[in-house]
Amino acid sequence: MKRRILLASAAVALALTGTAFADGHAKTKVGFVYVGPVGDGGWTYEHNKGRLAVEEHFGDKVETVFQESVPEGADSERVMTQMALAGADLIFTTSFGYMDPTINVAAKFPDVKFEHATGYKQADNVSVYSARFYEGRAVQGHIAGKMTKTNKVGYIASFPIPEVIRGINSAFIHAKKVNPDVEFSIVWAYTWFDPAKEADAAQALIEQGADVILQHTDSTAPQAAAEAAGNVVTFGQASDMAEFGPFPRVSSIIDDWAPYYIARTQAVMDGTWESTSTWDGIGAGMVAIGEISDAVPADVKAEALAMIDALADGSYHAFTGPINKQDGSAWLAEGETADDGTLAGMSFYVEGITGEIPN
Amino acid sequence: MIRLEKRAQPSQFWTFATPFLAVVLTMIVGGIMFAALGSDPFEAIRTIFWDPLFSEQFAAYSRPQLLVKAGPLILIAIGLSMGFKAGIWNIGAEGQYIIGAICGAGMGLAFYPIESVLIFPLMILAGALGGWAWAIIPAVLKTRFGTNEILVSLMLVYVAEALLASVASGLLKNPDGMGFPGSRNLAQIPSTANLEIIQGTGMHYGVLTAFIAVVFAYVLLSRHMLGFQIRLTGEAPRAARFAGVNPTRIVFLCLGLAGTLAGMAGMYEVSGPAGQITIDFNSGYGFTAIIVAFLGRLHPIGILFAGLLMALTYIGGELASLMLGIPSAAIQLFQGMLLFFLLATDVFISFRIRLTSGEAA
Repeated sequence: MKRRILLASAAVALALTGTAFADGHAKTKVGFVYVGPVGDGGWTYEHNKGRLAVEEHFGDKVETVFQESVPEGADSERVMTQMALAGADLIFTTSFGYMDPTINVAAKFPDVKFEHATGYKQADNVSVYSARFYEGRAVQGHIAGKMTKTNKVGYIASFPIPEVIRGINSAFIHAKKVNPDVEFSIVWAYTWFDPAKEADAAQALIEQGADVILQHTDSTAPQAAAEAAGNVVTFGQASDMAEFGPFPRVSSIIDDWAPYYIARTQAVMDGTWESTSTWDGIGAGMVAIGEISDAVPADVKAEALAMIDALADGSYHAFTGPINKQDGSAWLAEGETADDGTLAGMSFYVEGITGEIPN
Repeated sequence: MIRLEKRAQPSQFWTFATPFLAVVLTMIVGGIMFAALGSDPFEAIRTIFWDPLFSEQFAAYSRPQLLVKAGPLILIAIGLSMGFKAGIWNIGAEGQYIIGAICGAGMGLAFYPIESVLIFPLMILAGALGGWAWAIIPAVLKTRFGTNEILVSLMLVYVAEALLASVASGLLKNPDGMGFPGSRNLAQIPSTANLEIIQGTGMHYGVLTAFIAVVFAYVLLSRHMLGFQIRLTGEAPRAARFAGVNPTRIVFLCLGLAGTLAGMAGMYEVSGPAGQITIDFNSGYGFTAIIVAFLGRLHPIGILFAGLLMALTYIGGELASLMLGIPSAAIQLFQGMLLFFLLATDVFISFRIRLTSGEAA
């Protein structure tokens, strides 16, 4: 590869750092590449909380660095390279779009460990990790189906990638189960973080009669729009967004990366780090459900808590048949559960969702 | 009391001096800001302006990166400057850049997995044509129906972004990508990769094209009849008409040229540094290039330096944020200051400051 040679001289600089580390330099340096600002209140905010947890857990033994609002693509490749050159031992790249850049940079720095969130490309020094957010979506769907009076649920989707489609399907299946008349209106915002766009999307959905809004974007703008509307239910996304509770925010999906980040940093310190693929859910604590507020009726809350327990101990899978695909063809038979391969690459809606996945 | 007095002639001295004055003022005010944020201002300024070029740890990597970052900015800005000189305001270079990238990548992927040395030139052609066609839309609408090219070209950016999202998750999606959006990685296919011409310099074909465009634009503007006509159209439209300049022709030429160069920039970017068409492949080069064009005073050589300076603030800014933990918003503010002070000090070119007593006013 072209840039491998370009970096020949840079690698020398790195080799020096590497030697120092082998000699037992005191601090392990951990880098984080963020797609949004650390103050987004959602996705990046939680990753940054994970970083702070690493600092707190290891104290003087680690040094962390981060770069926020890094565009996906060529710019991210440069940011990662600079991090590696600055002596990072372990680098977490926390957005899907960093996949190819992570692989490219990892090839140039074989001694640096990389961890890419939500992607699927591994290498000797690149692990992938993600959370089973769809388990949280199942709980949201259940509450949404019970709470809606207009039977219209709005969904602010980000990009048409499997992770997002999985979330829509999971929420829809569980909303439909408790409310056969429920309809989903899905708006594609084509952004992870853009408060103005997200607010517009929420506003449009509310005007169409949606009284529950689910979001797969990271800002709190939809929460604010729902609060202004007065009678619209929302859920915190990626972060608890508790400041909008107890209403409109009635619950949330919280990403808790701290245990994973601490464990992986420990592995680098111990020299036991290996390239792995991790996909943890509620059971392992990577996905948490934020407190269900009193705005939710007690019986619905009890059902939701029961579902959380069942998802956590594995007795219930969020995709359990019978489920048909949108075109009516059979996907899962009675009692059958979805396999991880299909879920990982999910690119179809389940039966009952109207509209098409954009392409 | 301070008074501004118009100079008879724009000052030669200040035309050259204001960029430097702007940089110095930015360093001072930016330094105060960094100090207020709790960082050592001298270290911050050094990290931004000095380290990418001369630090032992980073320079070997960031010096070539400077060219990689500046290349598309210069290429697009050169095209835009022609139009701006003629008073034709193409704000939609970002869209032309996107369409160029889509067409170039599409051409390359159409041949996959055939390998041939002819594919890359065809991709350049497709990228240039794509950008040209996208820029010609506002030209046709302007000359036929009198629409405003600022609005049309800007709106077409959003159309282009929607198209990009569509092809990234549909037409050009990597069939081996497990259902994820994004095309195959062009930089990993030998025939479609926009490689460095000389290893380790960052000098890929797009940067080379940018340099050629600088020379070409310089000759065109200073030595060629067409360049004279472009300048005349901008400075004195009526005089231009009397001199027999066909305004429709100038509109088509300026927009077409800008589109062509922006399209090529997009194609070189997608086949090299970026590697693949993704939903949000564009990262604002088309808009930043407008700033570069004005920072370089619409002069080809000026644009060359302005592009490099912008690239330096980007890369140095990233370093400062990484090494010193300065928030990325503060870095953007710092970049904004540079432009602000440049425009503000421009007043010295056409005006001189007079200190007069109150009665005189």
